[in-house]
Amino acid sequence: MGVQFKLNGRMVESASSPASRLLDVVRNEFGLTGAKCGCKEGECGACSVLLDGLLVNSCMVAIGTLPGHEVTTIEGFRETARFQAIDEAFAKANAVQCGFCTPGMVLAAESLLNQNPHPTEAEIRDGISGNLCRCTGYNAIIEGIKRAAKEGEGLW
Amino acid sequence: MEAFEAIKRPMKRRDHDGKVSGRTRYTDDIQSPDFLCGKILRSAIAHGRIVEISAPELPDGYLIVDHRDVKGDNEVHIVLDDTPVFAEDTVEFVGDPILMVVGPDEREVDRILKEIRVRYEELPAELDPLTATTHFFEYKIEKGDIEKAFREADRVLEETFTTGHQEHVHLETNAMIGEWADGKVTVRGSLQCPYYVFRAVRKALGCRDSDLNVIQEPTGGAFGGKEDYPSILGCQVAVAAVKAKRPVKAVFSRQEDIAYTPKRHPSVCRYALAIKDNRVTAMDIDVTYDAGAYTTLSAVVLQRGSIGADGVYNIPNLRVQSRAAKTNSVPNGAFRGFGGPQTFFAVEMMMEHAAKALGEEPLDFKLRHAAKQGDETSTQGLYHFHVPTPEIAARLEELSHYREKREAYAHQPKGRYRRGIGFSLVFHGCAFTGNGERDLIKSVARIRGNADGTVDVFTANTEMGQGLETTFPKLVAARLGIPVERVRLAQPDTDLVPDSGPTVASRSMMIVGLILRRAADKLKMQWKPGETVTVEEHYQHPDYMIPFSLDDFKGDAYPDYSWSGNVVEVEVDALTGEARTLGCWGVYDIGVPIDEAVCHGQMQGGMLQGLGYASMEQIGYNERGVIRNDHLSDYIIPTSADAPPLVSDFVLNPAEFGPMGAKGAGELPHVGVAPAYVLAMEQAVGRPLYKAPCTTEDALNALEGGEA
Repeated sequence: MGVQFKLNGRMVESASSPASRLLDVVRNEFGLTGAKCGCKEGECGACSVLLDGLLVNSCMVAIGTLPGHEVTTIEGFRETARFQAIDEAFAKANAVQCGFCTPGMVLAAESLLNQNPHPTEAEIRDGISGNLCRCTGYNAIIEGIKRAAKEGEGLW
Repeated sequence: MEAFEAIKRPMKRRDHDGKVSGRTRYTDDIQSPDFLCGKILRSAIAHGRIVEISAPELPDGYLIVDHRDVKGDNEVHIVLDDTPVFAEDTVEFVGDPILMVVGPDEREVDRILKEIRVRYEELPAELDPLTATTHFFEYKIEKGDIEKAFREADRVLEETFTTGHQEHVHLETNAMIGEWADGKVTVRGSLQCPYYVFRAVRKALGCRDSDLNVIQEPTGGAFGGKEDYPSILGCQVAVAAVKAKRPVKAVFSRQEDIAYTPKRHPSVCRYALAIKDNRVTAMDIDVTYDAGAYTTLSAVVLQRGSIGADGVYNIPNLRVQSRAAKTNSVPNGAFRGFGGPQTFFAVEMMMEHAAKALGEEPLDFKLRHAAKQGDETSTQGLYHFHVPTPEIAARLEELSHYREKREAYAHQPKGRYRRGIGFSLVFHGCAFTGNGERDLIKSVARIRGNADGTVDVFTANTEMGQGLETTFPKLVAARLGIPVERVRLAQPDTDLVPDSGPTVASRSMMIVGLILRRAADKLKMQWKPGETVTVEEHYQHPDYMIPFSLDDFKGDAYPDYSWSGNVVEVEVDALTGEARTLGCWGVYDIGVPIDEAVCHGQMQGGMLQGLGYASMEQIGYNERGVIRNDHLSDYIIPTSADAPPLVSDFVLNPAEFGPMGAKGAGELPHVGVAPAYVLAMEQAVGRPLYKAPCTTEDALNALEGGEA
């Protein structure tokens, strides 16, 4: 019997060992490639997912810890109204360049706004500081999150 | 300027939807049960002969691929072809690829790799470019009468500056897939230059053009880091796929990507300035770049660095002697700015120090020496077009209040927190150096107007985050006068697209964009509703250029120049040496920005990479040539919490050569940040500085009165 947990709203059972990294399991076993591998040491945030609504680096989570918990990847989150607000705001702010950090950055924005619907710029900088972006210089991403907070008022 | 408003106006990026939703498939996201995993066994020593390799017995389905499997030449075609696909007898740096283990299960591949034993005969390793005796390339630029200028000088100033390695940290590591089907090889992956990979793999396989195609997959950042390296990895996965007769996928770990793929060349630049009547009359400059173990792109990187060594200034008497020294370390290659950031750092520091020595405000001193339209370049070409340095300086002053702060910080009390502000002026020569576009690249681009009213654009240029998938269609649509929704950009696949050249050197919009503009204008005249018309256009060298000679470095090195200025403001904690960047401003002349949002994104991203280069990014070796910090936990780059709000602005200076006034853009923002940052640090710590990066340790050392 494998490890059971909730993934994007439904119960799944993984055939991988409990010590497997969640990143490898969502990508290779469930084909959810929105979470990217940038470092495999919890430094870059490209593999970010939500664990019970909070941002985690999926490369640092062993799936054996997951029973009783819920994992949301970008593939699950993109079906929500909150995603739509972030998506539109990121588009207007030109927050996407190479895109490799973007799914993680979107989930970092969700996690931040979930805890703090009206963050200041300093709080946004702190909130996404675990997600590296090498393309934008962060201005556009921060602008995107500010816009999402404003235009998605009431969603968080 | 009204005419440019429409093309400047931002549109939604073409690649936005796929990327924001996680639907875009990068190379590692392409999955198949058919794929074999390929991993490289690398040299553990910096220099030596391979005596013996012993491998464990391989389980079914696993194989080892090495130089004996390279059916063509075991040389990766880059510029000179001295990089082996797989090492034969000798290894030249820690990480030199020896063989690839290929098989279905990654853990099993790892086990086999661990059990392979390589016996070496060690040879002396050279790790210091200054004592290295092999110089891959040596150049000399001379103009005026340097001896006379120094003889007649009132004063001579001499200083030496150093800069370090910089790693690209494209968020997606290098990743390539080789496929073999019925004698045809396909190489796909994360890359900047499909035809570079094509020509390299063709040579390694010894195959016909029709037996190979190269496809660029969505690329998660590059910055030069995927300019030459995919040619090497492309050869390796292609050779492996041919041997395995199965697709082979190789995706680097971050450790491999940092430790074994190219970085920015470290440099040592010695400057001697002759000064007469408060004016710099001559510069005698000696430049050493650390090439690493193979030549790769060092020739062209060093050319660019040498040509820019006198900065934005009009220096009548000049000598630049430069060399790329071979060391037994990872080969250095292309990185945004391509040799420019090193010498521009040195010359900006030097000019500031000269101004201080003469008791003049550095910005005034720099502006007094700045070249103008019609002045001669370092290579006795001409600045043919308007040089907007004064407007750039004026706009920067408005945005940053540089002069006021500079004055205030000069008189600040020596408390725990001390501030400083620095200013730099730089250029970036647009496109390939010299006659490269005409003689080497010879770009071709194609546009097809379809019967249904849509348009397909075929180029080999790649989207890697810089926005080309948006700006090329936007340009073509604007020239055709049709909605941009009707213009598609073909995926770069060498079976389908002509060779419009590599996506490097800030050339795509200026050079390929110009060809597309011509093609679009021609299509517009020929295309009738309901018809399909294809137009192919070739590069045309601008007739105003003074022919360039690489033998004596004379003539126009570039068709045009992009110009910029940077201001950086810092606050240093005198107790710990830690610095906070309070502000970073950049004003850019990229002609006309084709989509202002895309271009602001480029400028700001480049600025932050420049701040990393200036303040925190460095590579450390041990005495055996092993890089000590090859993870993101110890090779650190700026986070959102480290970055200040970045302020970018443009001065409009429509280019005559370039489509709709556009010039080179992508690299420019990296070039000037390091000197502005280190000059700010210099004011804050109150001591002259000579190196980039200026880290916390360097700042503390300077504050304590040590050699910085």
